[in-house]
Amino acid sequence: MATVEIPEDMELVYKYPESLTERHTHYCPGCTHGIIHRLIAEVIDELGVRERTIGIAPVGCSVLAYYYFNMDFAEAAHGRAPAMATGIKRVSPGKVVFTYQGDGDLAAIGTAEIIHAANRGELITTIFVNNAIYGMTGGQMAPTTLPGQVTTSSPMGRDVETAGWPIRMAELIATLPGAAYVTRQAVFDVPGIRRTKKAIKLAFQTQLAGLGFSMVEVLSTCNTNWHMGPVEALEWAKQHMVDYYPLGDTKVIDEVKALAKGRK
Amino acid sequence: MAKGMVIIDEDRCKGCGLCVSVCPVHILRLAEGRFNAKGYRPVEVTDPEACTGCAMCATICPDVVFTVYRRRRQPRQAAATA
Ligand SMILES: Cc1ncc(C[n+]2csc(CCOP(=O)(O)OP(=O)(O)O)c2C)c(N)n1
Ligand code: SF4
Ligand code: SF4
Ligand code: SF4
Ligand SMILES: [Mg+2]
Repeated sequence: MATVEIPEDMELVYKYPESLTERHTHYCPGCTHGIIHRLIAEVIDELGVRERTIGIAPVGCSVLAYYYFNMDFAEAAHGRAPAMATGIKRVSPGKVVFTYQGDGDLAAIGTAEIIHAANRGELITTIFVNNAIYGMTGGQMAPTTLPGQVTTSSPMGRDVETAGWPIRMAELIATLPGAAYVTRQAVFDVPGIRRTKKAIKLAFQTQLAGLGFSMVEVLSTCNTNWHMGPVEALEWAKQHMVDYYPLGDTKVIDEVKALAKGRK
Repeated sequence: MAKGMVIIDEDRCKGCGLCVSVCPVHILRLAEGRFNAKGYRPVEVTDPEACTGCAMCATICPDVVFTVYRRRRQPRQAAATA
């Protein structure tokens, strides 16, 4: 990068997070995985826990997340990130442990792992990226694909008579006693991205305070497999995803509410 | 005098246009007839003087292309004598 002179009375308001490596990502242009990586990195920077954080990467487009986060990482078998996170956290309770998982990873092949990790109240944080499709493998229908949504394996649109209804994971996980903080956010515009960051921060703080399992479901896009431009995909998601997947908290135990109040 | 300033790490840009769609003063565009090392049309600033330093571009960019600066608010006295 060329060196640019910064006038003395200018202050830095956004800089590259320390918790990301310099490596360029392989994600498609406009893919929201990049935004969500950035938010997690900013939060870990702000909490000052980078040196003791361990992430677990999934199988899916974010399978290479360990290249992009500037911290220790492990790679789990498809859907098994919460099981791996459980082991790591129990062996090293002083670490901050999080899983990063797509909707195919978490809500299809890994449904059992996430439910039981949450139910046991494991002191881990899950960032659940719901883009309503299997991105990596070429855009097949996921359990989260919307009714009528066209994918390579539902070319006539998802038929709920045969494929069932999309699963609302944030609501489902919220019913489990071990879950302390569960929320659904969306990265479809700047205010939504800011709220998502706040939620991710509270989720990590929930873990740091030892209050229980925390999960942030992040409604996301996959413009490539939705066959849309990046800006158009954000618009489509706003119009179609939020109706089925309402935004907001599905579980906040009192101790987490107190945390949220106290941090202002 | 511009209220803000962005530095663009051009080779990180993938030309997705998300930043262009959110800049409230419409000073971002994708370059015409010019490509970065990755082969994308990188983002560029059309009118640096109009930048407010709001950092909305940096907030939505999936590829961490922007560094953003904002002018400090002048203390009232200094403003009065200026
Ligand atoms: C055991 C196993 N089964 C199936 C696959 C094939 N596979 C790879 S990624 C993926 C789904 C990924 O979708 P998602 O978790 O939504 O991630 P995205 O790519 O959308 O971010 C599948 C089925 C695999 N790698 N391993
Ligand atoms: S296929 Fe979809 S989820 Fe995967 S990188 Fe491309 S846009 Fe992102
Ligand atoms: S900081 Fe704000 S005004 Fe300046 S380029 Fe970015 S979005 Fe536009
Ligand atoms: S959002 Fe980032 S990657 Fe996309 S065009 Fe703007 S600077 Fe480039
Ligand atoms: Mg997916």
